[in-house]
Amino acid sequence: MAAVASKCRVCKEPAVIDLPRHNANFCAEHFLELCRRQVVKAIEKFDMLSKDDRILVAVSGGKDSLAVWDLLIDLGYQADGLYIGLGIGEYSDVSGEYAKNFAAARGLHLITIDLRSEYGYDIPTAAKATRRVPCSACGTSKRHLFDKAALDGGYTVLVTGHNLDDEAAVLFGNTLRWDVEYLSRQLPVLPARNGFPKKVKPLVRLTEREMAAWCVVRGIDYLVDECPMAVGNKHLAYKAALNAIETESPGSKAAFYLNVLDNMAPLLSGRSLAAGEELGACTECGSPTTSDLCAFCRTAQKARAHDPVPVELVLSKGRRRR
Amino acid sequence: MKVLLRNPRREIDIEGKYSVNSLLAHLDLPRESHLVIRNGTLVPGDAALAPDDTVEIRPVISGGC
Ligand code: SF4
Ligand SMILES: [Zn+2]
Ligand SMILES: [Zn+2]
Repeated sequence: MAAVASKCRVCKEPAVIDLPRHNANFCAEHFLELCRRQVVKAIEKFDMLSKDDRILVAVSGGKDSLAVWDLLIDLGYQADGLYIGLGIGEYSDVSGEYAKNFAAARGLHLITIDLRSEYGYDIPTAAKATRRVPCSACGTSKRHLFDKAALDGGYTVLVTGHNLDDEAAVLFGNTLRWDVEYLSRQLPVLPARNGFPKKVKPLVRLTEREMAAWCVVRGIDYLVDECPMAVGNKHLAYKAALNAIETESPGSKAAFYLNVLDNMAPLLSGRSLAAGEELGACTECGSPTTSDLCAFCRTAQKARAHDPVPVELVLSKGRRRR
Repeated sequence: MKVLLRNPRREIDIEGKYSVNSLLAHLDLPRESHLVIRNGTLVPGDAALAPDDTVEIRPVISGGC
């Protein structure tokens, strides 16, 4: 079969990737160029970052967080990384290695926090002790520690690797429930407010597939395997549904999410209850909270009081319940 | 050709002529959630795969966070 393989839209050299949503194929160099342009566009449109910012990137060892760190350095920003050891069995051990190797190979500064040794608990135990789904206990822990590390370290902005697929999936979930409170808060930039650092998501114009491709083309080794605790969560189901639509109608995901920012966000602005909320200080850690103890300290307290739970136990329980 | 799949990691042998897209369709894997890496290099959907190729089909979807 003498198939003529596709050529790059820009330079006509052999392509490495087809991007149906752009109705085009790209060689390695021009694919990277496209990714850089999309990140610059997001940063500029939402006023995310400046070259003077001291940036802290939340790094998991997966493709998105390593890609966003790589992209920011590539674009001339100053950015350190923060990795949190969540104690999710082998997954955590391996993901930490990827994060450390990435930083070491590029001479970048990676801060590491270990939940078990520094805070006396891990995510499987927290999930069991709080009887919440693992991702919920995990999200509470990570958010708190990222915020704290950013503020303590004098960073001006916290970057996460959330991509277009992540944001579209969250939007899909919020839309299915018409959750106006969450819809009004789902922006790629959260300004700093008392006790919380500014948070930005520079990858919102790039898909998950594009971020994985960025890593492959750039030779970035990342942890391909999925966090075992994500198995079966709604987020993944929403992503699969959106990708089924995307395959039929390329560009749908980007239109779904990016047009909300353009068309709906102005209508919803000011609708968020959280914005006007009076916050006190957590009696344990001083973080802003609406109750005595912040969500993190409540989670940590329960988890510390519980015997350590191995990840396998939480998994088998989760599967049985479904 | 040898095809490496992930989650869980396993290797299968596939006979016959395929392009990247037709191989994904054959395995019932959505194009939007996978990359195909042939002999270590990323390849687009219409690339033809040869019997002596080693092909990795890499899922790109991550959950939860
Ligand atoms: S998938 Fe869930 S449990 Fe796993 S790291 Fe992400 S948020 Fe935490
Ligand atoms: Zn090119
Ligand atoms: Zn607290």
